[in-house]
Amino acid sequence: MSDWEGVRLHVVSGKGGTGKTTVAAALALALAVEGRRVLLAEVEGRQGIARLFDTAPLDYTERKLTAGPRGGDVYGLAIDPEQALREYFTLYYHLGPAGRLLERLGAIDFATTVAPGLRDVLLTGKAYEAARRRTRSGYAYHAVVLDGPPTGRITRFLNVNTEVAGLAKVGPVHNQAQSIVRFVKSPRTAVHLTTLLADMPVQETADGIADLRAAGLQVGAVMVNQVRAPLLAPAGLREAASGRLEPDTVAAGLATAGLDPAPGLVATLRRQAEDHAARIDLESRERAIVAELGRPVYELPLLADGVDLAGLYELALALRDQGAA
Amino acid sequence: MAGGKPTGSALPLHLDLDAVLDDPQTRIVVCCGAGGVGKTTAAAAMAVRAAERGRRTVVLTIDPAKRLAQSLGLQHLDNTPRAVAGIETAAGGSLDAMMLDMKRTFDEIVLAHAEPRRARQILTNPFYVSLSSSFAGTQEYMAMEKLGQLHATGQWDLIVVDTPPSRSALDFLDAPSRLGSFLDGRLIRTFLVPAKAGGRLYRRIVTTGFGVATGAMTRLLGGRLLQDVQTFVAALDTMFGGFRERAEQTYQLLQAPGTAFLVVAMPEDDALREAAYFVDRLATEKMPLAGLVLNQMHTVDAGPGSAGVGTADVRGSGTLSAERALAAAETLDALPEHELTAGLLRLYADRVAAAARDRRLADRFISTHPAVAVAQAPAQPVDVCDLPSLRDFAAALTAGRQ
Repeated sequence: MSDWEGVRLHVVSGKGGTGKTTVAAALALALAVEGRRVLLAEVEGRQGIARLFDTAPLDYTERKLTAGPRGGDVYGLAIDPEQALREYFTLYYHLGPAGRLLERLGAIDFATTVAPGLRDVLLTGKAYEAARRRTRSGYAYHAVVLDGPPTGRITRFLNVNTEVAGLAKVGPVHNQAQSIVRFVKSPRTAVHLTTLLADMPVQETADGIADLRAAGLQVGAVMVNQVRAPLLAPAGLREAASGRLEPDTVAAGLATAGLDPAPGLVATLRRQAEDHAARIDLESRERAIVAELGRPVYELPLLADGVDLAGLYELALALRDQGAA
Repeated sequence: MAGGKPTGSALPLHLDLDAVLDDPQTRIVVCCGAGGVGKTTAAAAMAVRAAERGRRTVVLTIDPAKRLAQSLGLQHLDNTPRAVAGIETAAGGSLDAMMLDMKRTFDEIVLAHAEPRRARQILTNPFYVSLSSSFAGTQEYMAMEKLGQLHATGQWDLIVVDTPPSRSALDFLDAPSRLGSFLDGRLIRTFLVPAKAGGRLYRRIVTTGFGVATGAMTRLLGGRLLQDVQTFVAALDTMFGGFRERAEQTYQLLQAPGTAFLVVAMPEDDALREAAYFVDRLATEKMPLAGLVLNQMHTVDAGPGSAGVGTADVRGSGTLSAERALAAAETLDALPEHELTAGLLRLYADRVAAAARDRRLADRFISTHPAVAVAQAPAQPVDVCDLPSLRDFAAALTAGRQ
């Protein structure tokens, strides 16, 4: 049983460099249980998903990326604001010739590049559409996972429709904005935050949670990425942390293993151990702060060989084992 | 040095950051790069170093996550530069820091460039209120504006700028031209037609099209919003010229020889790809690139008198490879009394592998961008978040050739 039963739109955010795209992809794979389709979408035009899955650049057509380790299918989509606007004009507002005229006047340019914010309206609108799309047999996708903007912008991004609904007080844009607002604030949407066990990403996660809550958005889980197991046993870590590693003990060990116990090597090993102990100490303090945030926490192991499809499967299964999907 | 070409890894041009910071001709340093690479920290560290080496420095950050505030131990950065406490001023320098408040910056422009009645009209317009406070993208325009303002005061020798955490950091460079194309665009003139008496001829020409377009927009947005936008655009029309002119001036300022762009990256695929993109783009825009700051390089031996970043050469013992270290660790596994040394050897192997991977990624960038000078800083075991650690970080970045 997943912790997020009933969630149709998973938004994954996090500080830059914490691996949002990787975590979003792993979550999509984890949610793709046999017989289910999951859509993984990106909004920043970075082609991060295509790179991760080592496939041709994604476009506005939803394309199957892979069958996940649990037997379901993951589809990919790069949401492009320009295409989204054209789709809106034709699909929703039946604008026809007037839409083309607006296009000639530069409305599309205006909306997608110049007018700040309108872009976000289109991007969130498309994610909303995909999450609620129905076929004869039910929802088109079991869930949509959105690789969203970073923590610093996520609340504003998801909340842009509140702004729009306030500006356009009547008419179809108003109504559309209102429906999106209701959806992203409902329990059918969850915003997950990716972090590393380091000071600034954890701080930003705490700030992000406060911002999301203040805006009435549903905070999902905290995804701790790139977690590494300590390479030293607890006793060794304690000695290293207090600078009490015995050079003679280390040298004796090296000699036993048939290595030259040169003072330079011993010094290097001791210094590395001290740095490692400091890092582990910092990480355990950050882990305690994360636990205090009051959200479910999932840990994803650091992939030593970099992120490839096999690595993504490993992360997806780790998420499943922890109840995320 | 005896002649002979270096073998193995590429030797990059050395980026001498102290020379950049000390040069009185350098008036602006712009730190750019992907999110999460330590851009803000690098900007803060460069600013601290420049100030302590005698320059009257101000550092401008735009990031709403207040990371610079944390780095500098300041809790309240607002739209005005404030002195940073604890800076060593013996060399005659000083450091001020500020965080961009985009709404306030926008308001100030309106107040400075529109007559009071117009200004009030604009400031209370609902469309303006949203545009200036809530919409992403306004930041980039305002960052450019603020940079121009700081420079115009002549109060500082050196301005260090941290760029916004944009979806693409290039938005920062695009702001002026986008503003220009918007102002010259046909759409904006369409908005202006009903509000301008002099628009009659134009109106007659576009009248049919105009009716259809505004009709469509009214249907979409509701008449009220369209009216708000029209009022806003008309009111703003008077100050548009100045707006664009200053944006263009700032753009030219960035191209001037007194500006130094630092592209910040760390040894990861995404960050380096973004860095490469940036380097190419700066060249296209004729922006003066000082070099690449390669942050968080894993090192094997980063102690005092270290042989350098990323080397697996251990002084006094020749080279111990990761493979040999791992094999030795396995030998020791059977002997409980050597558990510690086995752990240390595994840690060593892990560090060598990480350093080698970082080196490989860095070399790939260097070999494809041979003309870009590079400064490297080792990965810090703990976070850089106070003045002493910023100093250490800057010292590591500026420490000699590697």
